[in-house]
Amino acid sequence: MKTASAVIFEERKDQIYRKGDAPFDIACNKESLAGAVSQRACVFCGSRVVLYPIADALHLIHGPVGCAVYTWDIRGALSSGRQLHRLSFSTDLQEKDVIFGGEEKLYLALTELIDRHNPKAAFVYSTCIVGLIGDDLDSVCARVSKEKDVSVIPVQSEGFRGNKRAGYEAACKALFRLVGTGDTNNISPYSLNIMGDFNLAGEIWIIRDYFKRMGIEVVANITGDGRVDDIRRAHGAALNLVQCSGSTLDLAKMMEQSYDIPYMRVSYCGVEDMTESLYAVARFFGDLRIMERTEKLVKEELSVLYPKLREYRKVLAGKRAAIYVGGAFKAFSMVKTLRLLGMKVVMVGSQTGTREDYLELEEITDDGTIIVDDANPLELSAFIKEKDVDIFIGGVKERPIAYKMGVGFCDHNHERKEALEGFSGMLNFAREVHSTVMSPVWRFVPRRAEGGTGNANN
Amino acid sequence: MLLRHTPKEITERKALTVNPAKTCQPIGAMYASLGIHGCLPHSHGSQGCYSYHRSTLTRHYKEPVMAATSSFTEGASVFGGQANLLQALNNIFTIYEPDVVAVHTTCLSETIGDDVPQIFSKAEADGKIPEGKYVLHANTPSYVGTHVTGFANMTKAMVDYFAKSKEHKENRINIIPGWVEPSDMKEIKRIAGELGIRFIMFPDTDNVLNGPQTGKFTMYPKGGVTIDKLMETGGSRGTLALGRLTSGPAAHALDTKCKVPCEILDLPIGIKATDRFVDTLRKMAGVNVPDSINIERGQLLDIITDMQAYFYHKKVGLVGDPDQLEALTEFLVSIDMLPVHIVTGTKDKKFEKRIMSLTEGLPCKVNVKSGADMMLFHQWIKNEPVDLLIGNTYVKYISRDEDIPFIRFGFPILDRIGHSYFPTVGYRGGMRFLEKILDALMDRQDRDSSEIEFDLVM
Repeated sequence: MKTASAVIFEERKDQIYRKGDAPFDIACNKESLAGAVSQRACVFCGSRVVLYPIADALHLIHGPVGCAVYTWDIRGALSSGRQLHRLSFSTDLQEKDVIFGGEEKLYLALTELIDRHNPKAAFVYSTCIVGLIGDDLDSVCARVSKEKDVSVIPVQSEGFRGNKRAGYEAACKALFRLVGTGDTNNISPYSLNIMGDFNLAGEIWIIRDYFKRMGIEVVANITGDGRVDDIRRAHGAALNLVQCSGSTLDLAKMMEQSYDIPYMRVSYCGVEDMTESLYAVARFFGDLRIMERTEKLVKEELSVLYPKLREYRKVLAGKRAAIYVGGAFKAFSMVKTLRLLGMKVVMVGSQTGTREDYLELEEITDDGTIIVDDANPLELSAFIKEKDVDIFIGGVKERPIAYKMGVGFCDHNHERKEALEGFSGMLNFAREVHSTVMSPVWRFVPRRAEGGTGNANN
Repeated sequence: MLLRHTPKEITERKALTVNPAKTCQPIGAMYASLGIHGCLPHSHGSQGCYSYHRSTLTRHYKEPVMAATSSFTEGASVFGGQANLLQALNNIFTIYEPDVVAVHTTCLSETIGDDVPQIFSKAEADGKIPEGKYVLHANTPSYVGTHVTGFANMTKAMVDYFAKSKEHKENRINIIPGWVEPSDMKEIKRIAGELGIRFIMFPDTDNVLNGPQTGKFTMYPKGGVTIDKLMETGGSRGTLALGRLTSGPAAHALDTKCKVPCEILDLPIGIKATDRFVDTLRKMAGVNVPDSINIERGQLLDIITDMQAYFYHKKVGLVGDPDQLEALTEFLVSIDMLPVHIVTGTKDKKFEKRIMSLTEGLPCKVNVKSGADMMLFHQWIKNEPVDLLIGNTYVKYISRDEDIPFIRFGFPILDRIGHSYFPTVGYRGGMRFLEKILDALMDRQDRDSSEIEFDLVM
């Protein structure tokens, strides 16, 4: 296999930084290089993943069938009630629609679906082709809204308009059309919206339980296990909690501007960030009782968690980890979490991180750590080999690369099967890391076959 | 909940596809391209498309799936994608060093009207395609046909670009296996090998998407048909094409271009289709069928004989692609089962006629529709329940909602393994299929029987 420097495009060299080599500098938020095997996705993908967990809304994808198929129930965003979001609805545009326009088809599809499912709202996603042929999504949505007395919201998510981040923005704009349309009476002054959590493996239920124990009302989940009526009254909350790298940050900013609701960026992953997030909320409300309850909660949870974590730490101490995630914000928590387990982060990167994100990563990582923006499989595999990594934390496309190289893997993305947030999630995470790092399969794998480091029997 | 959203009453739908039984062309083209040795598939469109295709193929095969993209942006969508594709080819050959780049288009680049052959000429003139390296392309607009069409188009492109006419025909035949699993391609090669036949198979994803654990990540696994072999296909004495829709166009193209006569057969699924396959191979190559193959046939027949009582008049619902379903329907009828609901998302008039003729005389009404979706399939089942479901992973919702045993077969399979290692073609593949059918039916019988009736010997 080629060395790291041989697989890096000249144009990408400034998107890779090795801590300690030179003063911090990294280029990011660049368009991917044509021809690069980027791990990124498109605008539609960004919008779809943000809005999809709203389970009592209709999600109709206006475009050729593929866009609907590839996003059909892939994210494991759980719902405690209706599950409309797990169906796949497509206008399935054909050649004649591309020539003559798809507006009539969209109208018919929408009215049929609304009659059948009686949804609380409908999101209509625009795709590449719709942007090109110039269907007037706004007017069709407005017409159906009026006729059926249901909010029908267009999502301007044409794939070519940028990367996933542009899709987050389009989703936030769509959400913002719902916010402010519900009754905010009887909302507690101690209240908040949970934003940027998608209830993968039931995680938002863990977080909601913490706030309940603290005496804080959660007005709307945005969007995990989300409900349209909750989002309509989200502007009645006293605080917005924003998790994830900006998928819902735009919405928080819009709500701050229009409704004067402050927002706070939090993370529920790992002990340090989870604890700090809860305390930050308690401090925000400045209520002594809430603070006492928070202290009690954290104490209770930690007294259960720490003894168990210690066992994992004994085994995992000194193991090396690489992280490659969609948004960089999650990487901060990962770095701290792995450190708590005694592990070393030797590579960290993201698809869509900002300069600020990378600056923070530079601050919290050790010398020699590779920081990378918008990496591709060749680079990732070269880094894995160079840094002799024991576990890779990433998403669906990275898993088989790690496995093929004889390296453990943990999906901290769409395909997580266990809750990884909160204190109980921290324990799940430790167990998952342990299961893969220490898996007996590595004894049989000719790990790092070329120029191996001889630790195949560890 | 889930598909309990499906109403029993069937109404005509013109504008809406619900829970598609198909996806778009490009993923089929990508899968076919992976069957060329040293090939990097390239998606000429925005980043989302190829990200989805890579993710879906990765989920199906649990293997790294490499591909590149033109990374369309707003500018490319206005001014055309020539600059992107030129830059991409340059980058790909510089860094990823494939032998060949297989470009497929998307709805975006098709609608813009990019002329890929013209862009290739420009790339060649500019020296962007290194000596000894190759490019090919297929037009795969997502709003025409389905994934099946995309596979067929890319397979045909292999002929269009590489097959060379030869006056003197070698004693060798071309085998086009159709869209089957790598395991199936391996099995077809094994059978041809048992008959002692010289052949060229294309595409061939064996050893690409079912590779071993080696401790190494490699962009271009060992398998796949080489360009040299593709060139030689024009000098073979005949072509055996399996699957009317997926392999037919390539076989006809080879006949037209290089005067290589072709036989187009069903996929060799089940005893009759395999008989035709083996017999045609024998005749084309002028060889005898060895005992080893006759023994396998006898073993398959033995299972059918032994277990006939369990197959008798069991009703089956099938969803999948036309080539698979035609062969499978014949197989099921031949073992006395009743395929009663048959749906494919790929529109094809001949399909419905063929199924009707295969099921003629069955003691039940048979529902068949091409260009239909899983909602209709589900509605049929609600109106006329079946004993067994066969289809891709998405059928699991129906299986759960209606409590019907289910065998995974087709594409994609996102939640089980085995398909890439164990074939369903040939006599041995037929044996495996029967094992799966019997396991499903007999497990159900064991589950449902009362304690009194619970049977030890079956």
